[in-house]
Amino acid sequence: MRHPTPRGANSAPSQRPLADTRAPDEGDGVDTSPGISDSIAKTTCYMCACRCGIDVHIKDGKVRYINGNKDHPVNRGVICGKGSSGIMQHYSPARLKKPLLRTGPRGSGAFHEIEWEEAFSIATQRLSAIRRTDPKKLAFFTGRDQSQSLTGWWASQFGTPNFAAHGGFCSVNMAAGGLYSIGGSFWEFGEPDWDNTRYFMLFGVAEDHDSNPIKIGLGKLKARGAKVVSINPCRTGYNAIADDWIGIRPGTDGLLVFAIIHELLKAGRVDLDYLLRYTNAHVLVVQEPGASDDGLFVRDADGNPLAMDRVEKTAIKATDPEAKPALTGSFEVGGCRCTPVFQLIADRYLDDSYAPDAVAERCGIAADTIRRIAAELAHVAFEQTIELAIAWTDWAGRRHETIKGRPVSMHAMRGISAHSNGFHSCRAIHLLQVLLGTVDVPGGFRFKPPYPRSAPPGPKPAGKTVKPMTPLDGMPLGFVCGPDDLLVDEDGTPTRIDKAYSWDAPLAAHGLMHTVIRNAWAGDPYPIDTLMMYMSNMAWNSSMNTVETMRMLTDHDEAGNYKIPFIIYSDAYYSETIPFADLVLPDTTYLERHDCISLLDRPISHADGPGDAIRHPVVEPDRDVRPFQSVLIELGARLGLPGFVGEDGAARYADYADYIVNHERTPGIGPLAGWRGKDGTSIGKGEVNPNQLQRYIDNGGFWHHDFADDQRYYKMANRSYLDFAVQMGFIPKAEPIVFQLYCEPLQRFRLAARGHGRVLPPEAERQRIETYMDPLPFWYMPFEEAAVDLEKYPLHALTQRPMHMYHSWGSQNAWLRQITSQNRLFVHHRTGAGLGLVDDDWVWIESINGKVKGQIKLVDGVNESTVWTWNAIGKRRGSWGLKDDAAESHRGFLLNHIIGDQTSADAQGKRYSNSDPVTGQAAWFDLRVRIVKCRAEEAGFTEPQFERFSQPPHFEPSLDILRFGAEFRRAREAAE
Amino acid sequence: MHPAFSVVFFTTATGAGYGLLALLGVLAGLQIVPADFWLGFVGLGLALGLIAAGLLSSTGHLGRPERAWRAFSQWRSSWLSREGVSSAITFIPAGLFGLGWVLLGRTGGWVAIAGLLAAIGAIVTVCTTGMIYASLKPIAQWHSRYTLPAYLIFAAMTGSVLLNALLQGFGVGSVAVLVLSLLATLAGWGWKLATWRHNDRLEIPTTANTATGLAGGTVRSLEWPHTEENYLLKEMGFRIARKHGAKLRMLTQGLAFALPVLLLAATFALPWPFGAIPSVLAAIVQFAGMLVERWLFFAEAKHTVTLYYGR
Amino acid sequence: MTCLPKHPDKKLGLVIDLDTCVGCQACVTACKEWNTGGHMAPLTDIDPYGGHVDGVWFNRVHSYEHTTEMGGRTVNFPRSCLHCETPACVTVCPTGASYKRTSDGIVLIDEDKCIGCKLCSWACPYGAREFDTDVGVMKKCTLCVDRIYNDNLAEEDRVPACVAACPTSARHFGDLGDPQSAVSQLVAERGGVDLMPELGYQPTNKYLPPRTHTQRGASVPAKALEPVRAEGGFLGWVDRMLSN
Repeated sequence: MRHPTPRGANSAPSQRPLADTRAPDEGDGVDTSPGISDSIAKTTCYMCACRCGIDVHIKDGKVRYINGNKDHPVNRGVICGKGSSGIMQHYSPARLKKPLLRTGPRGSGAFHEIEWEEAFSIATQRLSAIRRTDPKKLAFFTGRDQSQSLTGWWASQFGTPNFAAHGGFCSVNMAAGGLYSIGGSFWEFGEPDWDNTRYFMLFGVAEDHDSNPIKIGLGKLKARGAKVVSINPCRTGYNAIADDWIGIRPGTDGLLVFAIIHELLKAGRVDLDYLLRYTNAHVLVVQEPGASDDGLFVRDADGNPLAMDRVEKTAIKATDPEAKPALTGSFEVGGCRCTPVFQLIADRYLDDSYAPDAVAERCGIAADTIRRIAAELAHVAFEQTIELAIAWTDWAGRRHETIKGRPVSMHAMRGISAHSNGFHSCRAIHLLQVLLGTVDVPGGFRFKPPYPRSAPPGPKPAGKTVKPMTPLDGMPLGFVCGPDDLLVDEDGTPTRIDKAYSWDAPLAAHGLMHTVIRNAWAGDPYPIDTLMMYMSNMAWNSSMNTVETMRMLTDHDEAGNYKIPFIIYSDAYYSETIPFADLVLPDTTYLERHDCISLLDRPISHADGPGDAIRHPVVEPDRDVRPFQSVLIELGARLGLPGFVGEDGAARYADYADYIVNHERTPGIGPLAGWRGKDGTSIGKGEVNPNQLQRYIDNGGFWHHDFADDQRYYKMANRSYLDFAVQMGFIPKAEPIVFQLYCEPLQRFRLAARGHGRVLPPEAERQRIETYMDPLPFWYMPFEEAAVDLEKYPLHALTQRPMHMYHSWGSQNAWLRQITSQNRLFVHHRTGAGLGLVDDDWVWIESINGKVKGQIKLVDGVNESTVWTWNAIGKRRGSWGLKDDAAESHRGFLLNHIIGDQTSADAQGKRYSNSDPVTGQAAWFDLRVRIVKCRAEEAGFTEPQFERFSQPPHFEPSLDILRFGAEFRRAREAAE
Repeated sequence: MHPAFSVVFFTTATGAGYGLLALLGVLAGLQIVPADFWLGFVGLGLALGLIAAGLLSSTGHLGRPERAWRAFSQWRSSWLSREGVSSAITFIPAGLFGLGWVLLGRTGGWVAIAGLLAAIGAIVTVCTTGMIYASLKPIAQWHSRYTLPAYLIFAAMTGSVLLNALLQGFGVGSVAVLVLSLLATLAGWGWKLATWRHNDRLEIPTTANTATGLAGGTVRSLEWPHTEENYLLKEMGFRIARKHGAKLRMLTQGLAFALPVLLLAATFALPWPFGAIPSVLAAIVQFAGMLVERWLFFAEAKHTVTLYYGR
Repeated sequence: MTCLPKHPDKKLGLVIDLDTCVGCQACVTACKEWNTGGHMAPLTDIDPYGGHVDGVWFNRVHSYEHTTEMGGRTVNFPRSCLHCETPACVTVCPTGASYKRTSDGIVLIDEDKCIGCKLCSWACPYGAREFDTDVGVMKKCTLCVDRIYNDNLAEEDRVPACVAACPTSARHFGDLGDPQSAVSQLVAERGGVDLMPELGYQPTNKYLPPRTHTQRGASVPAKALEPVRAEGGFLGWVDRMLSN
């Protein structure tokens, strides 16, 4: 089995097997060739959101060992700390065993077990009543869901617009910021060109998003000696290995980026040619204050944006390949004053308010450092240009003999995302990348197919009309292009329970899961009947203001009924949220189920080609549990939802596996793109192939298509790529994708705020819309910082998940919890000294929303005005199969308790959700705190403490001694 | 280092036992101590009893005591194995010596030779015990020229004080033995003080820098690999507060050295049977003091692995 | 046999790149997972779901803050058996349970001979020995001796589990006794170091120090940016550039 060329990420000569792997004759009796497994099943990991390929070694029906799949495009054989601990997740004592029906008060954990038939019948009865009367009274929100193309479609078929997953409280600022700017985004829909980058900037990336691909990439950069610059208040994880760590003050990344842009513009270090070819920098913007089209693009009769030809001095189609458009100046077209986008950009960012000296103090970064970074970026981008000797043809048919690249790349994530100014900060980073000409070029930031798509992508959110027994006219989540696309009624009241796509959060492309419980409790905008959730710990670490959230989940109306009448929840484990459910549908572990990681959702593509993957059951469940997706499909059939039953009313799909193979979203396009067509020879589009799943299993659980060399770069304007994308159904037409430096849809909202258009914001919302829907990115102080007394709350407080638990359910995992079962608050030495604190002191961490108690650890590697802790280590007693003395419940704490889920009241007394005003992204990292040493008698345990949950029926006490693996050895030795 | 009672008791008891055995072997063989059944029975019984109890106690430290016999095999490299071999071999001359001196009431001749061999065995065994500790480079407080002499001196000290107590108890007190025990106690005291002085001024070249290979500046532990204590920390990460340590050093000095010196001095002044009381008391008090000393020997020893944990 | 081989045929070991390690714990759990069912199975966990959880692990990752005149750096530091050339953990063993292999230099424990005296753990300055209180014997890193020669694994997979798993490629494996081997070359090139060299254990495993503090860090020879010198400032420059 020797492979001609070494496979996988770790295949350097210093990482290969010995030249001669025959066991030496040591004579010590060691069995150097023990048998390992009876079979190896190749499937997809689900220990986090990365979707790595794994080889599961099965021995005597038990999982012996899991390692990375060397052929898999995501992880190329490596596996992270979570992935290798999958065994302990799979055999967790916290696994639910049977459907549960609540018997005690909500939140107590008192349940009795019921049969699946009863569970289905309760749910069906409830949901069919809702569907017959008012479908939006079902709110269906899924957490770390990797089946959103199914769950969203189910909601759509049910007829409720109230659907979203966890993106709204995770990273929608990054998704929307990217998709509205360049038609792709960090992480899911793009990645740095790890093989060619020479200068890499990492903004606000903790230990996460994504896991193995970033780590593999960083390893490549390090091996090549490329420079890594991290912009992060905390010097941990990826930031620890940066050549340059810039310990920025939280929430000021946008300012830093604008200062860099300021420097680059001033020095003329921008790629004008790139801007003209691939962006709207030359598009003319109406400059007629007060007019109804002020700030919109100047367009021709067909709606094409226009530019000014600087030679002919006439307005021309901006995409005319023959044109020589102006980037600066002021013109009059058709009696209307206008100016190119680039002129607006120069006007704004050349302003002295964005000079390094003007921002240095607020960012906590020396002005010289900012100037140095700008100079380094310019140097690498313009002096170390790459040219790959590959000819390609652009959309207009122009042949290029080489592929040119500027080897600067960037990646940004939650540190940008989780602030109330995150959308604009994210756009700022994309603006910087585009000005340097580094998007989808060698060495730059590259799109992952099916992206790029038009900015923003096509479908708009459905749900304008909600009628009984009627599916929505599309998917619940989409992209708005102006006020007309909002989901609001005549007087501006939101249509959706989470207020997504309302004036509160117009571009809420992922919904606002974090607002659902409060809104449902308050009946604002309307009461609901049933809240159905999947795989998200909303009564604990996935909610802001946890204490209040738990109260809202258990609150009664005057008649003594729960304010949120019915809660259905599906999860595999006994989390802190299970006890708040009325009906619990126990899910399987990831090794017991089918899944598909679909191009319709978030696939496993990388920049060199599209891919998708499956999970398939590699071991049989030993409990009465069912995969949620199959349950949802059966529920759909029982409810008679149109897509889920045939014309005869019979179930259309037996289960999720059947759906994966046979469902077609549009003719020829289904959940999986590989091996389509009857004989399995088509990709992308093609007839249903009944053997498709087997083909995936035979191929290691995934499908991947590798681009031809000339398709790999400039995908936004590369004819060969665009044609392929059309053929695959990624985009409707082979037209170039124009980067929207100036985001016209935002201006449409602004115009509405000025009274123009059909759908207008309520008076009280107009100022807010005017301010934040700025078509060019800008910086503003995060809301909490702007609202609180900074002398009283002088510190920023952040959280990050440890790498070995990111996007995972770590704390019932016997191995991972040993690494971190309690958390400290990390405080800078000087800050601690100023407060008279020493290591291990117990402190109160107080915000305007409340206080928690924890223990501190003094460190150097953190911004001085920032404290932080590992997130979601604190667990509630009685949950996750942990014993009552587990450190998680008395030496672990959550900052969630003191993060408000609402902003402070504005002048009108209105409180918004604690979110970005553009996208509704939860602003976790806006938190401001003070720390106060606690009294001696208060030390020793964290607070708040909560009542212990009862245990579900038939839960056995967790093991005292875990001897996992002893059985494999016994079997080996017995066989000898 | 974690002061496990099994090991603290083991080294203290065997030290005293071998000290006593060696003295009995030499002195009885050379007819300095008279052959008396009850004296011999109690004396040798005490010596061998302490040794056996100590060895038995040490097996309490073992994860698999039923395999203890395997420890005799690696005498070529392992001081622990040598200790095992030596202690086992010593039982042979000690047994013969007991047979001759106690049961047959004989001295001289083969009994003297057996006594001498038992003494040599005892000394060798104490040396091997000392070398177990002295050879451990990761523990600077042990890996010093003070450790081996300390084991020998303390064996001689506790052994002689015990012997004196015995002789006094049986009314056959010997001024020479009394003087020897007094001098040995003073020597032990001095050696202990010198050892502490040495340890307190130790400049250990192994630091967090060399432990991590991170040159220059300071290396500070940020996070442990696991948030709870593990075997390494439980076994080798034992810490004792300086204040607490100082108190225990005072206690050691009082019990192991100062009080015995006073009691032994008092013995000079008192006629039999009254002289026996302070002598026996001295032995008991000193044994207790040596337990404290040995506890501190462990508690104050710092293993290099603690550098990884910022301790 | 606890006497050390005079000249092991090979010196197999690991090279760990501290410049690249992000502290993700992948090597830690990959090691645990392989070995808990492997040669020294199980790697017992005491009180796995309680307040005094304490498991056997062959590889643990610390983190440190290293501060010098050149600034501060957070360093993630994996720690496991270094398979020393003169390992006192072997020579102190009274039973012969602990031994160093002549053929490849791997330090192993024969569990059947171990009496659990723990002396080897005292003799190891690096904390590489792990006592399994449940079984009563000492356990330790085997350098995946049951992987690197395992006929039941594809040839390409015959590397230690930690090396195969490491997502940042911070771990390397090979014969450090052969100066021509890829690992030896890597050590030479990057200035790899021994841990606690002053104790004289002569560890086989080497650590590659972070580049930032060794003047080996990546740097960009960028000149300070100068404002464009063109009539009309930046906009004038844009016009000039476009008309060229």
